[in-house]
Amino acid sequence: MAGATAAPARTGGRPGFWRLLLANRLAAAGLLVLGLIVVAALAAPLLPLPDPDLTAPAERLARPLAPGHPLGTDALGRDILSRLVWGTRVSLAVGLSATLIAAVAGSLVGLVAGYAGGRVDGLLMRGVDMVMAFPYILLALAIVAVLGPGLLNALYAIALVNIPFFARNIRGVTLGLARRDFVAAARLSGRSHAGILFGEILPNVMPVIVVTISTTIGWMILETAGLSFLGLGAQPPRADLGSMLGEGRAVLFTAPHVAMVPGLMIFALVMGINLAGDGLRDVLDPRLRSGALTRPVARTKVARRRVPALTPDPAAVLDVRGLETEFEIGGEVHRAAGGVDLKLGRGECLGLVGESGSGKSVTAMSIMGLVPTPPGRIAGGAALLDGEDLFGMPDEAIRRLRGAAVAHVFQDPLSTLHPLLTVGAQLVEAIRAHAPLTRRAAEARAEELLGLVRIPNPAERARAYPHELSGGMRQRVCVAMALANDPEVMIADEPTTALDVTVQARILALIERLRRERDAAVLFITHDFGVVSTICDRVAVMYAGRVVEEGPTRAILEAPAHPYTARLIACVPVLGAPHRRLDAIPGRPPPANRLPEGCAFAPRCPRATADCRAGEIALGGRGGGRAVRCLHPLAPGERA
Amino acid sequence: MGLHVLKRLAAAIPVLIGLSVIVFLIMAMIPGDPATAILGAYATPENVAALNRDLGLDQPPPRRYLIWLGNILHGDLGRSYALNRPVLDEVLERFQATLVLAGTALVLASLLGLLAGVVSAARQFGWTDRAVTFAVLIGISTPSFFLGLLLILVFAVRLRWFPASGMYAIYGGGDLKDLAWHLVLPALTLAVVATGVIARLTRTAMLEVLRQDYIRTARAKGLRERRVIRVHAFRAALVPVIPVIGIQAGFVLGGAVYVETVFQWPGIGSMLVNAIATRDILLAQGGVLVVAAAYVLFNLAADIAQTLIDPRLR
Repeated sequence: MAGATAAPARTGGRPGFWRLLLANRLAAAGLLVLGLIVVAALAAPLLPLPDPDLTAPAERLARPLAPGHPLGTDALGRDILSRLVWGTRVSLAVGLSATLIAAVAGSLVGLVAGYAGGRVDGLLMRGVDMVMAFPYILLALAIVAVLGPGLLNALYAIALVNIPFFARNIRGVTLGLARRDFVAAARLSGRSHAGILFGEILPNVMPVIVVTISTTIGWMILETAGLSFLGLGAQPPRADLGSMLGEGRAVLFTAPHVAMVPGLMIFALVMGINLAGDGLRDVLDPRLRSGALTRPVARTKVARRRVPALTPDPAAVLDVRGLETEFEIGGEVHRAAGGVDLKLGRGECLGLVGESGSGKSVTAMSIMGLVPTPPGRIAGGAALLDGEDLFGMPDEAIRRLRGAAVAHVFQDPLSTLHPLLTVGAQLVEAIRAHAPLTRRAAEARAEELLGLVRIPNPAERARAYPHELSGGMRQRVCVAMALANDPEVMIADEPTTALDVTVQARILALIERLRRERDAAVLFITHDFGVVSTICDRVAVMYAGRVVEEGPTRAILEAPAHPYTARLIACVPVLGAPHRRLDAIPGRPPPANRLPEGCAFAPRCPRATADCRAGEIALGGRGGGRAVRCLHPLAPGERA
Repeated sequence: MGLHVLKRLAAAIPVLIGLSVIVFLIMAMIPGDPATAILGAYATPENVAALNRDLGLDQPPPRRYLIWLGNILHGDLGRSYALNRPVLDEVLERFQATLVLAGTALVLASLLGLLAGVVSAARQFGWTDRAVTFAVLIGISTPSFFLGLLLILVFAVRLRWFPASGMYAIYGGGDLKDLAWHLVLPALTLAVVATGVIARLTRTAMLEVLRQDYIRTARAKGLRERRVIRVHAFRAALVPVIPVIGIQAGFVLGGAVYVETVFQWPGIGSMLVNAIATRDILLAQGGVLVVAAAYVLFNLAADIAQTLIDPRLR
């Protein structure tokens, strides 16, 4: 049963590794360049090239495109094209070998340290840190100083200084894996440490090793070439790209091509590797692949297919009509709000209730354009503030209203306050964004606001950072910030969910008191009917992106008409009634990218009939300011 | 705060001791008998033994290390046999030149890298972002020893805008303007890779930060987007970037080896290459030790800067 619902079918299936890699145009270009260079280097003995070491003093320093020498000759008259191909072969071989040595040795250190943990780990990592405390190239130089100049010694030096890099990366991943269940299971089944390390852990660490190789191999080729350039690597007559560049430097002013040709080759090689490596990383790192690292813009994109009539309702300070908000993720459209209507009277508190994923937060955040774009967009509807359509306003007009006419309080005050600024500074900023006050006047006002939300010693607390305050204090700061510019509407998105119960009650009392004193309307988003009953005048219940029932709080609590509302109310524990049935609602809400036709709650509803599963069901008025979107509403006193 | 700085300083001491052990071990592994190397192949065994005693080389290695460390703490890094002058004098003189070059390059790389990263993130997927991303890729793929030659060819030989080598003009130079003039090409060359790395990381850090709840709060307060990016997002993005700048200090100090060789800058990098090529071991050892110590201090500075920005780390 659980298995059937827990594994929703993955859409489209996962595209193959190579298809993903080649879909990235830059990575494909990098692979192409790299491939051509590698093929040329491998095929060097087969190509019709002159002997790279054949000197011809008569033909020295020939320019590129000279007869017989497409890339010219160097100071000794040797053919540069031939030397380039053979030199690339050496550079590639050295770079690859150094990378492999570093990868094997470093991964081994990392695997052992991460798997063994404790003192072995401490000792190994302390050594790694020590080596990493050296500037990288300097250590390579010191090693060459000991071993003496030479290509092999340069290779060892570069490999050695890269070991810590691998060790550190691999150790981090291994450490996490070593504590996982499958490792414990293997241990219990009596497998040897080596067997577990190489049979269970290594395959899981492999992607990290590959990614680390892809990030370092370009560097390794560069660094070995660098040592050769300095005369500490390849020794004549053997040449790699670096030593060719070093030799070319001597004739830089008279024949620049001798240096430029190997220099460009190193560049092309490393660029190819880096491009391909970046592509590889994107494919192997699923977090980047899903496009998670996109930055939300300042305001939700508005692309309305439908705009309702904009005749204002004078009774409402905030009037949301037919709001549709969608998220486009991976080419699929998820409808988070599918035509939501809400009316908020002046000084009224309206509760917006629903399970997580019902679209209540998205609805609230859509009003002032705070839904992240990408991937979100407002696809239809209107939100009238004092009769003016917010979705049709220019960005600057919205900015002027945010925090002034409409203020927000969010769920988790630790993550919603800036961690690096004092709460005082954040308050001052909120005030000065809308009021032309001097810094000093704003500071005085900030302290006044902190006092208003009952924070003791406001002057002192203003200098505190958010992490220095308790959860309740932090949320008080957030409420103070919302009140900074006397808003007409306060949108509170689960402001008490992250707090413990006693603190929760105090914050609710605070919001209630301020609402009465300042006559601000409150849109209160919550999943908790208990909270609704203490603070809200009216309540709107949302399910799968639509309002399914609406009315005065008391009436709905006493006699819910929609079966979903009834089940939701039944979820609230009542103090002193231990034998009441506490029901979780069976099943789960439909995914927002494939909503069923008809009533979205029908699949979970015991009263559903065939007609529930077809056609549009309207939100019908029932008198007494109530409305319900249900074909078979409950009669008062009836159980769902 | 002061206590915190002291703690960090204290934590740097074992690292410095570790560095000295590694340098000592590396140098002790050098094959051959130093006394024979100094006295030549025809020295008598008695003379070699006497010199070994004078140099303390007849002592067991741990004791030799302590003697060596004691000497270093007294400012005695030995004598360069090729230059015939105290290693410390030569190293300090050269290190000043390197510090000017590497310091300029690091400041340049930090400023440019942060700016490019922030702009790139603020206009994600726009043409500026693409241009920066591509420029960064080119920058980190270009070997500095090649880029240096390229710049010399274009800006010193063809255009004659800047000098091709040295730190001061041979005749009539020596003032700050002359130094700045000579500094442009090598500092740029040295800064390129670090700029790329810092820009890349800043971009990622900014994108990460811009998705945080507190950025939504800043916007919900009605702050101008400019302020959201420059104050709220940038400050938070700096926290992970600063240690990377510290690490880049090491790459810049190391990369100075190439750039100083290409531009004949009289710094410690070109000195090291010569010392290794001529097997002037004491000079090489002194140079490595001083640069490594400088790197530790750079990282310490980055560490302290990070705690200045992030109160949670105090």
